[in-house]
This record gives sequence, structure tokens and C-alpha cells, in this order.
Amino acid sequence: MAESDNIVVEIAEKIFADLADPQTINNDKKNSWQAPLWQALSEAGLPLSWVPDDLGGSGASLADGFALLNAAGRFAVAVPLAETMLAGWLLAQANIASPEGEMTVLPASPKDRITIDADGLLSGRARGVPFAKAAKRFAVLAHGKDSVSIALVDASKGRIESGLNVGYDHSDTVTLDKVQAVTIKAAPKGVDQTTLMLMGGVARSLQIAGALESMLGISVRYSNERVAFEKKISKFQAVQHNLARLAGESAAALAAATSAADAIANATSFNDEVYLEAASAKIRCAEAAEKGGGIAHQVHGAIGFTIEHILHRYSLRALAWRDDFGSESYWAVELGKLVARRGADELWPLVASR
Amino acid sequence: MTAALRFDPIRLPPECEQLRKEVRAFLAEEIAAGTFSPFKPNREDTDVPEFSRKVGAKGWLGMTWPKKYGGQERSFLERYVVTEEMRVANAPTRRFFVADRQSGPVLLKYAPEHIKMEILPRICRGEICFAIGMSEPNSGSDLFAAKTRATKTDGGYLINGTKIWTSSAHIADYMIAIFRTSPPAKENRRHGLTQFLVRMKQPGIQVNPIGQITGQYEFNEVVFTDFFVPEDHVLGEVDGAWKQATSELAYERSGPERFLETYYVLTELVRAVGPNPDTRSAEGIGRLVAQLHTMRRMSVSVAGMLQAGKEPVVEASIVKDIGTVWEQQLPHRVRDLAAFVEETATNRETLERQLDFAIKTAPKLTIQGGTTEVLRGIIARGLGLR
Repeated sequence: MAESDNIVVEIAEKIFADLADPQTINNDKKNSWQAPLWQALSEAGLPLSWVPDDLGGSGASLADGFALLNAAGRFAVAVPLAETMLAGWLLAQANIASPEGEMTVLPASPKDRITIDADGLLSGRARGVPFAKAAKRFAVLAHGKDSVSIALVDASKGRIESGLNVGYDHSDTVTLDKVQAVTIKAAPKGVDQTTLMLMGGVARSLQIAGALESMLGISVRYSNERVAFEKKISKFQAVQHNLARLAGESAAALAAATSAADAIANATSFNDEVYLEAASAKIRCAEAAEKGGGIAHQVHGAIGFTIEHILHRYSLRALAWRDDFGSESYWAVELGKLVARRGADELWPLVASR
Repeated sequence: MTAALRFDPIRLPPECEQLRKEVRAFLAEEIAAGTFSPFKPNREDTDVPEFSRKVGAKGWLGMTWPKKYGGQERSFLERYVVTEEMRVANAPTRRFFVADRQSGPVLLKYAPEHIKMEILPRICRGEICFAIGMSEPNSGSDLFAAKTRATKTDGGYLINGTKIWTSSAHIADYMIAIFRTSPPAKENRRHGLTQFLVRMKQPGIQVNPIGQITGQYEFNEVVFTDFFVPEDHVLGEVDGAWKQATSELAYERSGPERFLETYYVLTELVRAVGPNPDTRSAEGIGRLVAQLHTMRRMSVSVAGMLQAGKEPVVEASIVKDIGTVWEQQLPHRVRDLAAFVEETATNRETLERQLDFAIKTAPKLTIQGGTTEVLRGIIARGLGLR
């Protein structure tokens, strides 16, 4: 997806190229790049891509938004773009308008649960919430006795314990204790915690695929520059074969993620076929992050292990993204259960359904 | 360069779904009638001539070829669906698959008209079987090392030498083979090989079967002694076979047959664990299904590229590399996961028999049709490293 015919992606790539150059960001210890980048993204309407015009967003299609996330992954941007997009999408499902500013979604793990009591107050704990500390508001998916609700909550109402994920980005624990929402509405039929996790998982899959594409690019370039034993290391067959495997992992991640994004963008509901696509994308992209990232580091040698080099911006973030919205182990267990429940003779029809 | 590694998420069009239903119904009928058994992997019946003719009668051979040669002028995506369903059902495709996938397309491109008219309709009717003569003793993946000579004589060529690892030569009616017509040029090692159509079962050709570690016989040694091939059986350019062969590799390397050869053990594992698997089995199955689904999406995407008239050589190599490594590991992963399957599982014996066969099959999967190392070399070239 290096050259895109997609206008949303074109705008985003221009902003990323101008304001999110990985080397510049990596050199900037004061993080002074963050505000101008977020401002430019906001002015272009990108964080609210998935929010319709009448709810305060820019009304891009699901497909365009997914392509935007893939581009964000290629730059490994560390601002809450994906999180705000997901929050805006969730709120829009219940016809709740999105305000300006950074947002994130709760819960971010399929095992956490936010509940809603008879008075409409929200309680619960959500771990590993990306960028909670940077968020002005939360989009919350909450369970009542027999209902699912979607709420817009002021971030100041939650108790936030700071944490960092393996990629050094904020991944925080948010506790809500009988919190009053700004707005709360019933979720439409078919939108539940699993839906939110699948959407989040596919968003992360596209980011991981993008990061792998960049890791492949910089690894190939480095192998053509670095000389060892009087030869460019790209001329060693062992290095070539490693890079061929990295290309395979990158291609597999991109194929799985874009297929899942396409499935969701064209689906009328999150049925078993969409579930297969989305869960598979998260599982396969997480595996690719591990295998592909490992190869990228191997090719770079010691230099890629330094904080000065940009490789870690991609490799560690790709590893961190594995954990959000359900890890690959979680989704593998769930997908395995689904396959077993449907039975042996229904496995191939499911795989060959599209 | 990374732009070359896009796998667009194409969907199979509605006509494919209709076709898929027809193929499934046909295969179910044939299984019920006892033409072949999907649950008998160690079968001796990999060659079932009557099955080939039935598939031909359905119009599922030479599907993409022009109608005047007996084809159906259907899409690569429709052909893809037929291949998938045959493979998943473990159908006995040995007799027709090589002709349908490779030999027919080579003839379409390079054979003179009268040969096309003679042979292609017979392939489409499922009447004839092809073998591919590439490897030779001590050449293997290194095709440039091929030595079997084709010497010019009156009205044709005389062939002397030996081909080896030739699948199906013992049942084949024809072979498409490369022979050396000139020595390799100093500046171009690839020079001097020519593609020929060989009629088997003629004087001067001897086929010696070679047993495999699975207990089956598919490989052969084929010895040519002053074997005559007429002039009009030269396919394409004399001395120029290398270029012809490489541009066709995408067809051979990206299809569903490149990750589904041991698939049957996965179905059997799902049957064995039942509807309520433990966490370990569920996770193992989930991962394998996610990996399978991803490869299939990549493979369908390459079929779409072929349909669009592209030559996705690097993409096809990636699918074959990942696909064959996966299908090679699959029986071993299934064996791990099956270790705690209840003794009472009704299909336990079937699963064990299938695993036994799949584990014996596995070593060949990353060798046939281009070794892993050759494929990674092609991918590296695509990345600009060579």
C-alpha cells in the first residue's frame, strides 16, 4: 500500500511524512512532536474518520479508515489515532456525537467488564487501556443486567494508574467507581463486547502489518549498505533467506489484516465468517510481529538494538500491539472453540466461505 | 519494492459459489458410489481413470482454455474452486492434475495447431495423463545441469539420457521434458535447453519405478535410448526453454494444492476433540485455522492476479514457501494436539492412520515444485538483493 489511490490515506501520509518522521521523533527526547502532529491530524478530521458528519466526524468509510490505520502502522505513530477512531466508531453505533480531542475505548481486553447499575452509573476496571492517560474522554461499552450500553465518559471521572507497554507507549489501568456518563445509550443489536474486541483487533492487525512493511523496507536497505567480510551482507545467502522469510511474514500479515478489514467493511453483521477473518488477522499478525520482528533485528545486528536506531519504534510497538483487544492466544482459543462447536465437517465450508 | 507484496483481498464471485456446490455434490456422489475413499490415505488407488473421465465430462478440466480445444473459457477463480474442493476431498486427481495445471497451458502457448487440436480435447475429456521431465540424476533443482541430449537428425531429434523423480511417468501418455540441444554458453548458463513433447510408450524409452517412503509408487526413472522425437514436437524456442519455464511457475506455485496436501489430519483432529475441546486443543486448532485462512486468502489473491493477466512470480513463491512449510508442519502439530485425545474418540483409529501417512508424506512437500531454498532465492531477487 505504499502508493495509495485513497485520498484519506494520501492526506495522512503527507502529515506523517511532514510531522512523524521516525528518526526525528526518535531524536526528540522532549516529545515536542506530539502536539503539532495531533493538531494536524485533527485539522484534517482523521481521528474522527469513522464518525458521520451529523455526529461531528468526517464520515469516511470503514475501508478508508482501516487503510489509514495501516498507513499509521507504517510510521509507527505514537498518538491515540487508532484509539480515538475506535472510540468515535463505538459512540456512533449508539448515535452519540463525538467531541473534539483525544479519546480511547474501555474495555481494551475481552476479559475486563464494565457494568452499569440500576441508576445508570458505570463501574469496573479495564486494564491495558492504550493512551488512557492522554485521553480527554472514554468511549465505554458497559453491561447492564440484560442490556449492553455505550457511554461517553469524561476521563477525569476515572481513576488512572499509569503503565507502559513493551513499546513504551501508555497502557493504563482505568477504574470507574459509580461514574456518571456524559451520555449513555443502548447499544444496537449485534454490537457487544466481542464486536468491539474484533474491531480493535483488526485495527491493531493493520498497524502491525504496516510496521512489518516498514521493518522489511529498512532491513532490506540496511542489508544493502552494511558491509561485512568484505561483502554487502545482502549478498550472503543466509541473509537473503532471512529477508525472504521477513517478506513472507510481512505479506501474510498484510493479507490477513486487509482481508479482515474488507470483510468488516462489507459485512452486515459480525457473523462466523467475519469472526474467522478478524480473529485470524489478530492471531496471524501477532505471530508475524514475533517472527518478522526477530528477523529484522537479526539483520540489523547490534545497531538495531540501540535506542538511537529507529527499528525499535516498529519492532517493539508491533509486539506491544499483540496484547490489545485480545492476544493471539485468547483469539486462538476462542476461534478453536468456534470451529469445534461447528464440527469437523463445517471447517472447510467456513474457511472457503469467501 | 514492498508495493510488489500486496495481496488484495479479492472475493470469489457468485458463479464460484454455485460451482463449488456442484463440485461438492459430485464428489459426495462419487464417494458414496465407492469411486474413491477420502478416508483411505494410504490408498493404492491414486490412479482412477474412470474418475478422470467423469471430471472431464463435467467440464472441469481445461476450464480456462478456449472452447475450440475442448475448454470452457471459464475463469482462473472458477478453476481455483474446483482444485480446492478436489484436494480437500482427497480426490484421486493424479491422472489429470499435471495436464490441467501445467502441460495443457504449455501446449496452448507453444505447440503447433495440429497438435493442440489432437491433444488438448483429450486432456479436457480426462482421457490422457502427463508427466513433467525436468530433474536428472545429479541435477535436481539445478536445471542448468541437465545433460540429456536431443541431437538433430532427419525430421526430428534423437534423445539419449535419463530423467528422474518423474511423477506419474509409469501411467503417463505424454511427457513435457527439457533436453539439452546446445551446451550452456559461457555468458549464459541458461542457454541450450529446449522443451519437447514426448509420446510415452514408444520404442527407446524405459520407465523404472522408484518406491517412496510413504509406501507408494509415484516417482520414476525414465531412460531414453536413441528415442526419436519429431520436429513438430519442439515446444517454443530451441535453446530457450529456461525463460518459458520460469514465466509459468506462478501457476505451479500458488494454488491450493500447495497448502492442502495434509489438510485431512486437521479435519480429523477437530472430529476427535469433539464440540467441547480443552483449552490446549482449542488454542492449537485456532492457530492452525488462522494460519490456513491467511494462506488461502493469499492464494486466492494470486489467482486473482493470474486472472488479471499478471505474472506474480514473487507472490506465488511466497505462497508456496509459507504454504509448504505449513503443510509439512501440520501433521506434527496435529500429533502434538492429539496426544491427549480421549481413547473413546470414535475416529481415533482413522486419525492415527492418517497421521502415520501424513508424517511420511511431509518431507517431500518442501521439495517438489521448487525447494524452499530456491523459492527464497526468487523472493530475495524480488526484494532487490540479487
